[in-house]
Amino acid sequence: MSTMKKSFSHLVLPLSVMALLIIINLVKGADYFRITMVNGALYGNIPNILFGASELVILSIGMTLVTASSRGQDISIGESATITSAIFVQYVLQASEVTPLTIVVAFLLSCVGGLVLGAFNGTLVSIFKVQPMVASLILFTGGRSIAFMIDGKLSPILANDISNKIGTVIPGIPIQTPIILTVVFIVLIAVVFKTTNLRLYVETVGINPNAARLNGINPKKIIFLTFLIMGFCSAVAGFIAVNKAGRHDSVNLLKLIMMDAILAVAIGGNSLGGGKFSITGSIIGAYTIEMLNRTLLRLEIEPAMIKVFKAIFIIILMVVASPVARAYFTKVLDKVRSSNKRKESIPKDAHIPTTNIAVKKEE
Amino acid sequence: MASVNVIKPKARMSNSNILFLIAAVIFVLMYLFAIISYPGSFMQFQTFFDLFNLNAPLIIMTLGLCIVMIGGGIDISIGSVCGLVTMACAVFLESDKGNIGGAILISLGIGIAFGILQGYLISYLEIQPFIITLSGLFLAQGLLTTLHKDPINVTMPAFVRLRDFDIIITWLGTKNRLGVFIPCEIKPGTIIVVILLVLLASVMKWSRFGRNVYAVGGNSHSANMLGINVKKTIFLTYVISGLTAGLAGFVYIMTTGAGNVGNASGAEMKAIASAIIGGTLLNGGVGNLLGAPIGTLTLLVINELIRAAGVQSNFQAMVSGLLLYFFIVLQSIIMALRDKKGFRLALPSWLRLSNKG
Repeated sequence: MSTMKKSFSHLVLPLSVMALLIIINLVKGADYFRITMVNGALYGNIPNILFGASELVILSIGMTLVTASSRGQDISIGESATITSAIFVQYVLQASEVTPLTIVVAFLLSCVGGLVLGAFNGTLVSIFKVQPMVASLILFTGGRSIAFMIDGKLSPILANDISNKIGTVIPGIPIQTPIILTVVFIVLIAVVFKTTNLRLYVETVGINPNAARLNGINPKKIIFLTFLIMGFCSAVAGFIAVNKAGRHDSVNLLKLIMMDAILAVAIGGNSLGGGKFSITGSIIGAYTIEMLNRTLLRLEIEPAMIKVFKAIFIIILMVVASPVARAYFTKVLDKVRSSNKRKESIPKDAHIPTTNIAVKKEE
Repeated sequence: MASVNVIKPKARMSNSNILFLIAAVIFVLMYLFAIISYPGSFMQFQTFFDLFNLNAPLIIMTLGLCIVMIGGGIDISIGSVCGLVTMACAVFLESDKGNIGGAILISLGIGIAFGILQGYLISYLEIQPFIITLSGLFLAQGLLTTLHKDPINVTMPAFVRLRDFDIIITWLGTKNRLGVFIPCEIKPGTIIVVILLVLLASVMKWSRFGRNVYAVGGNSHSANMLGINVKKTIFLTYVISGLTAGLAGFVYIMTTGAGNVGNASGAEMKAIASAIIGGTLLNGGVGNLLGAPIGTLTLLVINELIRAAGVQSNFQAMVSGLLLYFFIVLQSIIMALRDKKGFRLALPSWLRLSNKG
């Protein structure tokens, strides 16, 4: 019981936010969970959230790893995704006939592009010891014009059947394809983490790179690896985004998504200062952000005011989750608990509250 | 963003100064290169002054951001706060009761309000600065669009006079093709930049608060043990940053004379880039405020050079990205070379320790 409590305590914040949002939505209208069947696919609020957040989830997985290992954030993810999707679109368009093989080859090419971009950032961060945010500022500045150069400034349209299917639904399968792709990606990442030591290594490097080096882990390699994974993630996200949109718009594709991705990492209970991380938390955080955006739309708030409400919501959320507030809550909780215990039985374990505080603080 | 730097033996020159020196040398070289390649435009003093005249808000924002960054934080809300201030001033000046004094008060008030809110949340509630200032960015943008959506051109006579007011330097100037002497002009914003630069640089250099900021940014735990009020110091850095963002907003509207939704959008990234080029590290504890204008001017000279060279518009961003890459790598190589020297000095004591254990 206690181990379970420990391993899920970091998920309390994102899950409670999600619950709160669901309650707000249910108050607004009881039909929140209603799912309808349109043209053989499931539609409704929940599938829409899963559909809309697919790129954000994938990017926030990569962002979690980068944050954990390098103690900084990659702000160029949207630009990387734009470049890789430009490669994808260019390859698909130059093919005379679009077959599934074309799509696969184009996707693999865009993944190579993503890995190159990840390696660019990774080299700067790991070898030249530049802070991640500074290193990715370069790609952030120049990324969109590289995408322009690749797609010829024409914002080409992906008008083939297969892209359409990837962006929406494959006939016969009731779930939208981006959701399936996201699930596949999450499973892939889960398998990687189950079968390798990556989690341990990344956390070690994030907590103390010098100690990691003395223990035989090369921090440079690990940081470089996380940036490669980030590049791969942005390639996948770009692939999904461009197929969803059906058109490669270099200016607006995944614009400012790094803010949401970083927010997802933070809402997921991860420290932005590196170290221990929880990918589950980040995934839930990403879905929470999408849910928040859609809730604000559902509440029919004026479009101009949406950002204000989002900001206030985030501030309240972060205040509740802040270390000071958390310490205060645990203190109050312990007081209540110990007074209850005293009423119930002999107050023999009076020292327990203090140890509880210590454990909570460590987390 | 706690920095866990290995403590290095004290070198002859502090990191702040060497990074500032690199930035200054690069700027001078850059400007010389500009003069050599385009003597017609860059030789004129007016070109140099125009860099200040047109980009005073960015320099002011960078000054505030530098202080926050030296204190170990980051503030990405400044651009949006600046935009919000321009719109608020425009709306106020166009109303019946509009006057310039009130507009200045409004701009400073909005800036300080954002600074206090963010500073309190970051320092006293220990929330990650990136998230809080990100929500500050959203808040300012949302308030901006709530306040007014369409561009407003301020037509108040007193304000128009202030907007068109130039300080003319009669003894400096150029002759145009007809041989008519055109004196150099300086906008009031430039004066504000210079005053603020001198003020803030001397505060950071000589006052107790300034030294506390360096100590807190370098290592907040040891600063705390030395008896520095870490929370108050961090709080004050954000208040100053908010204040400069508000002031930048007023200077912005004084330069352009219009409130617009797109005002100063994306300025936070430009400010971060200029602070970094100017030699302030994101980790905190290292930086020189004099580097802020130099970083901004370097970035601007790069942009001007690219424009003068007639590079296609969509390659401009790429070229400035490449130059940014060049600077960052150069800085890092120079720092690495210094670190190596320091490491050789530190090695004996480290070896002795390990031999004992």
